[in-house]
Amino acid sequence: MAKLQEAAVAQITEICQRHKNDKTPLMMILSDIQNEYGYIPLEVQELVSKETGISVAEIYGVVTFYSFFSLTPKGKYVVGCCLGTACYVKGAQNVIDKFQELLGIKPGETTEDGLFTLDALRCIGACGIAPAVSINGRVYPKVKVDQVPEIIKELKEEAAKA
Amino acid sequence: MISTVNDLNERFEALSKSLDDKIKGADGLRHIVLCGGTGCLSAHSTEIMERFKELLKEKGIENKATVNQVGCFGFCSQGPFVKIYPEDTLYKMVKIEDVDEIVEKDLIGGEIVDRLLYIDPKTSEKVTKQEDILFYKKQRRVALNGCGVINPEDINEAIGMGAFQGIKRALTMSQQEVIDEVLASGLRGRGGGGFPTGRKWQFALNVEADQKYVVCNGDEGDPGAFMDRSILEGNPLGVIEGMMIAGYAFGASEGYFYVRAEYPIAVKRLKIAIEQARAEGLLGKNILGTDFSFDCQIRLGAGAFVCGEETALLNSIEGKRGMPRPRPPFPAVKGLWGKPTCVNNVETLACVPYILREGADKFASVGTEKSKGTKVFALGGKVNNVGLVEVPMGTTLRELIYDIGGGIPDGKKFKAIQTGGPSGGCLTEEYLDEPIDFDNLVAKGSMMGSGGAIVMDEDNCMVDVAKFYMEFICDESCGKCTPCRIGTKRMLEILTRITEGKGTMKDLEELEELSQTIKANSLCALGQTASNPVNSTLAHFRDEYIAHIVDKKCPAHVCKNLMQYKIDAEKCIGCGMCAKGCPASCITRTEYVAPGHKLASMAIDADKCVKCGACISTCKFNAISKV
Repeated sequence: MAKLQEAAVAQITEICQRHKNDKTPLMMILSDIQNEYGYIPLEVQELVSKETGISVAEIYGVVTFYSFFSLTPKGKYVVGCCLGTACYVKGAQNVIDKFQELLGIKPGETTEDGLFTLDALRCIGACGIAPAVSINGRVYPKVKVDQVPEIIKELKEEAAKA
Repeated sequence: MISTVNDLNERFEALSKSLDDKIKGADGLRHIVLCGGTGCLSAHSTEIMERFKELLKEKGIENKATVNQVGCFGFCSQGPFVKIYPEDTLYKMVKIEDVDEIVEKDLIGGEIVDRLLYIDPKTSEKVTKQEDILFYKKQRRVALNGCGVINPEDINEAIGMGAFQGIKRALTMSQQEVIDEVLASGLRGRGGGGFPTGRKWQFALNVEADQKYVVCNGDEGDPGAFMDRSILEGNPLGVIEGMMIAGYAFGASEGYFYVRAEYPIAVKRLKIAIEQARAEGLLGKNILGTDFSFDCQIRLGAGAFVCGEETALLNSIEGKRGMPRPRPPFPAVKGLWGKPTCVNNVETLACVPYILREGADKFASVGTEKSKGTKVFALGGKVNNVGLVEVPMGTTLRELIYDIGGGIPDGKKFKAIQTGGPSGGCLTEEYLDEPIDFDNLVAKGSMMGSGGAIVMDEDNCMVDVAKFYMEFICDESCGKCTPCRIGTKRMLEILTRITEGKGTMKDLEELEELSQTIKANSLCALGQTASNPVNSTLAHFRDEYIAHIVDKKCPAHVCKNLMQYKIDAEKCIGCGMCAKGCPASCITRTEYVAPGHKLASMAIDADKCVKCGACISTCKFNAISKV
């Protein structure tokens, strides 16, 4: 198993410390790690186990239960296509199919260049503007299939500039 | 600091006057408010607000007008909205480019910008005020009180709107009196269960314990419902106050908000509201000078639908996998960390301050015999006025879809309304005059659920919709009990088979048998109701299932294996645009030239076609159709 770098160890330890006064801190620790570290691989889980005294088996059980926690790193842009009912009846399946075709990945996968992760979301509560796509928290309203190539192009350009 | 009832009274008097002055213009200022709900934010409401601020400064009138973002207006399909007080002018679908004109013409010139007004689709007349729009006329706001009016990040506006008047009155009553008041109001759980809220509190009051908890269920997982999100985003203090009243009523001093991680804006505003309430002393020790102490915290979900089930939610707060616990013991007896706990939905708690402030009778004065008050619906799908609406219980489905919703777009035909999400069912045309309440919709084979209402038209395939919900349930089943874990998988396989044209009539019997088994043997509501969408589509749209199985046709032309794209040779002028855009290169020129045309028509090779539909959107001559 790969060893964590020192900076990562410090970061994870700090997150665990942050919640040490909470009765049952595991969910909060994992949420913060997911948000700040980006993903929760096994070596991170082992460290959390050491810090909190919760067994790795239990931590692994929780990490794999919730769809927000990820064992692998996500892309720079996480493209979340809403497949809630309101979006679905307005053609969201065609939108995600188009992303899938153009990015060459299936929902849950990340492109080889690490730029895009495609996710199928279960209702983000933006039903008024269906079909909605959420990319890194920015919500694109009433997305049409023809818009998809342009969205991808814009993001690629943005990434190239950065 | 507001440490006594007197402090609150003084602040309320001053702040309600200033809120009133703002709305009526007695302060001599103009006030611009923008919708800050998720839909409008995605349509650049914040950038529009910044542009207003910039322009007011540029024109030197920043002292004459204020600019603020408020909660959701509810009318999402027409957003983003800009409203100007005191005239109460409402502008719809405002773009950044429009700001200059609004400032120049309206704020400086005092003239209304006609082209940004809402046009009544029936009379074609322009409407200037929100209350005159048909969409709002039949609505009555109790749970959504304050949403779209007050700035959700400013406790002063909430206090001016009457926040904390409910808890103030509750604290003068005994615990039993508060519960009796809530019982008398007839309030039932808005999350879908419909259990009388007062009775739940009574159970928890009757248990002796050193610690009790209130939990607010903000894990709004039903796809298509977003009322809890809008309430938390639009008036978070209303929900906090509801939680405080619950805490007082059965003796809890701690509360937990469990909110979906998918709702970052709601979480942010809730955090701000809690901090502001703490700073004012309205949360913490000895609230309003009494011996009642209460504080609350936020816990985030992590994307598991089953956590909307109350016992799974409690496990999730405890840092475990969100799997349901067997009941009894009910949470009111043994809940969070084994202590008596009441789990109430966001909308339920948002109704509570109103009941205490205005009295149970006023709350119960609207609604039907067994369902009192109002209900918020998230109206979505194939309906003109998509948005959030709050109507008295007993409103008919027809009023909801046609009067408030403005009917079906593009002249299409209504097919069904799906309520209750993955636990609910569909109702057809013949049920449109049924009044909506908890019991009546259940009696008709659907349910009100948490209030998602998705309208479907002739272009929606009901077998595909049933498959969609089953996919959802299959994905979200926690796996704890076998009937749900394996049964839903088998049902999904059958539904997939049918939509691919490989189904048999025996499949329908098997669907029914599986659905009974799953219903009877699952531990929690997710499993017990998992087959509802299949049952109700089978009951109302059996002919569509049979068309898929026997005729190998999808009447709505949705199921890709059972439909084809065809070019009408008589209509095709042979321009070839479709062939250029075809990703599968399956469109070629024929030798047939239709009378009156110069070029030979195009044709699709059905074997190669991937059914992406690209050709249909490029054809300007309506020559391509689905068959």
